[in-house]
Amino acid sequence: MTTTMGAATGSRRGPAPLLEATGLTVSFGNVTALDGLELTEPAGQVLAILGPNGAGKTTFVRTIATLLRPDRGELRVLGHDVVREAAQVRRDIGLAGQFAAVEPAMTGRENLDMTARLFGHGRRAARQAAAVILSQLGLDEVADRRCGTYSGGQRRRLDLGASLVGAPRLLLLDEPTTGLDPVGRREVWAAVRGLAAAGTGILLTTHYLEEADELADQIVVIDHGQVIASGTLSQLKASVGRDVIELSVADPALLDPAAGVLEQVISVRPRLDRAARRAHVPAAGGAAQLGAVISRLAGAAIPVEEIGLRRPTLDEVFLALTGQSGPSGTPADSYQPAGRSQP
Amino acid sequence: MTMTGTISRPARAPGAVASAGQVARRALLKYIRTPSLSIMSIVQSGMFLFSFRYVFGGAIHAGPTSYVDYLVPAYVATIVLFTGGGIAVAVAEDRAQGFTDRLLSLPVPRLSLVLGRVVADSSTNAWSILTTAALGFAFGFRLPGTGADALAAFGLCLVYAVVFTVVFIVMGLFAPNAQAAQGMSLIAFVFAFISSAYVPADSMPGWLQPFAKYQPITPMVNAVRALLTGSSSNVGLALAWCALLLLVATPLAVLRYRKA
Repeated sequence: MTTTMGAATGSRRGPAPLLEATGLTVSFGNVTALDGLELTEPAGQVLAILGPNGAGKTTFVRTIATLLRPDRGELRVLGHDVVREAAQVRRDIGLAGQFAAVEPAMTGRENLDMTARLFGHGRRAARQAAAVILSQLGLDEVADRRCGTYSGGQRRRLDLGASLVGAPRLLLLDEPTTGLDPVGRREVWAAVRGLAAAGTGILLTTHYLEEADELADQIVVIDHGQVIASGTLSQLKASVGRDVIELSVADPALLDPAAGVLEQVISVRPRLDRAARRAHVPAAGGAAQLGAVISRLAGAAIPVEEIGLRRPTLDEVFLALTGQSGPSGTPADSYQPAGRSQP
Repeated sequence: MTMTGTISRPARAPGAVASAGQVARRALLKYIRTPSLSIMSIVQSGMFLFSFRYVFGGAIHAGPTSYVDYLVPAYVATIVLFTGGGIAVAVAEDRAQGFTDRLLSLPVPRLSLVLGRVVADSSTNAWSILTTAALGFAFGFRLPGTGADALAAFGLCLVYAVVFTVVFIVMGLFAPNAQAAQGMSLIAFVFAFISSAYVPADSMPGWLQPFAKYQPITPMVNAVRALLTGSSSNVGLALAWCALLLLVATPLAVLRYRKA
C-alpha cells in the first residue's frame, strides 16, 4: 500500500482534474453498476451527480471514496489513482454518506475530535479543527451535548463537519439532505454554500433537482452506469433546447381548446396539468411562436389566465435526457413548475 | 499556530497505534455511556448462575466436586460466548449505519480498525469476567487452590476473551445485517452447551460425545479448572485452539474491512 506519495502526478501542468474516469466499470455479481463511465471534471467547483434510482450514483461515490474497487478502467481523484494510491486519495477526500455516521453516545466535539485524529491530526490540531468546524457549522451551542440528542439537521451538519476536519480537497456528499425536513435541508445547503465559497471542491449526488439547481456549478447526469449529459445548468437546459411556452386557464373546460391552439402552432403535443389547469410545450421558435399562440388564442376567443415563455426546469431537462421523470419521482404530467412564468 | 477559522491539512496519515486508540476509545465510551449494556449482562449472568446452581444443579452429577465449584469456572471462562452477540451486533450496526464507511474513507491503517475494536471489546469482556467471577463467589463458589492459581486461571480467561472477540467481530462483518449477526452469534450457544462446561461430557449420549470432547470449548474449560487447582492439564491444547482461531479469524477480519 502506498503511504507517502508526493503530489507529483499532474502537478506539472496546472492543478490535476478533480475527477478523471476512463472506462470505469464496477459490477456486483452480474449487475453492472458503472459501465465504462467516462468523465473529466476540472478542480474547484461544485459538481452534482444526478440520475434515476439505480443509475450508479452511489456506486460512483463509493468508488471515489476507495470503498469499492473498479473491475475495469481507471479513476483518478485529484491526480491520484483510487487503487494504486488509495492512501493518498483518502487523505484528499471527506465523505458524508446517506446516513449521519456519528456516534450518538459521544458529544459533537468528541466526534469531530476523533475524526480529526483519524485524519492524522495531532492532539492539539484535532482540538482546534473541531472548534473551528463547530462554529463554522453553527453547532457551538450543542457542541458538548451527546449528539444522540441532536435534531436531524444538527446531526447531518455534524456528519458534514466530520468529513471536513481533515481539510479535504474534495468533499463527497451522497444525498446529503435525504430524509431531512425543509428547515434541516436549508441548514445543510447553507453550510455547503459556505464551503464552496471557501474553495473546497464538492461532489454531491441528490434525489432533488431543486438541490442541484441551488448548489451546483456543474451537473453530470448518469443513467445505466454511464454519463449521458454534463455541463452547467444553463448549458444542459440549452442542450435540451428550447424554451417552454406555458399557459393557464381559469375555466377547466378551456384547457383542451387552449392546448389545441398550442399544438397547432408548435406541432408538438403539449403536456397538461389538469389540476392546475396548465399546459406547457417546448417551443423551438421562442418569442415568435409565443406571439403566434397569443394571436390565435385571441382569434379563437379563448381567454387565458397567464401565458409566457420560460427556460425548461431541470425536471424537464431530466425527462428529455433519460426518458424518465425527475429522480424525485414527480410524474411529469402533474408537474408543478417551481418558477413563475416570465412574460 | 494557524489563523482562527482555518484548518491545516494533516502533515501525514495517522499511525496504526493512534488510530486503534481512537477506534477503541469510541467503542469504550459507547459501552460506558450506555449503562444498560453492562447492567443487562450482569442481570443475565445472575439469572444464569441462579438457574444452574439452584434449579438444574441438583440433578447434575459432576463427580467429586460440588456443582457450584464445577459450574462457576466454566461459566466465567465462557462468558464471552454469551455476551459476544453484542459485539457482532455492534459491528454489523456500524456497517449498516455508515460508520464503517466513514472509517474506511479515512487514511487509517486497516489493521487499526480491527485492533481498536479488539482492545475495546476485550476490555469490556475483562469487566464481564470480573463481575461474573464476583457473582460466582456470591453464589457460593470457593477457590480450590491458591490466589496465584486463580490469577493464572483469570489470565487464561482473558486470552479466551480476546480470541472470541475477534471471532464475533468476523461474524458481525460477514452478517448481512444486525439481526442476522444476532442470529449467527447463537451458534456460540451450541459450543457452550455441548461441552464439558455445564455437565460432564461422559453423561451425554454416545453419538454426541465425540463433538463434546473434541470441540475447543471443552479443553478450554478444563484448562481453567485445572489451573485453579495448580495443574496445567489441557492448557497447551486450549492455547493451541486459541492460536488456531486467531490465525483464521484475524486475517478474515482485516480482509473484510479492506473490502467492506
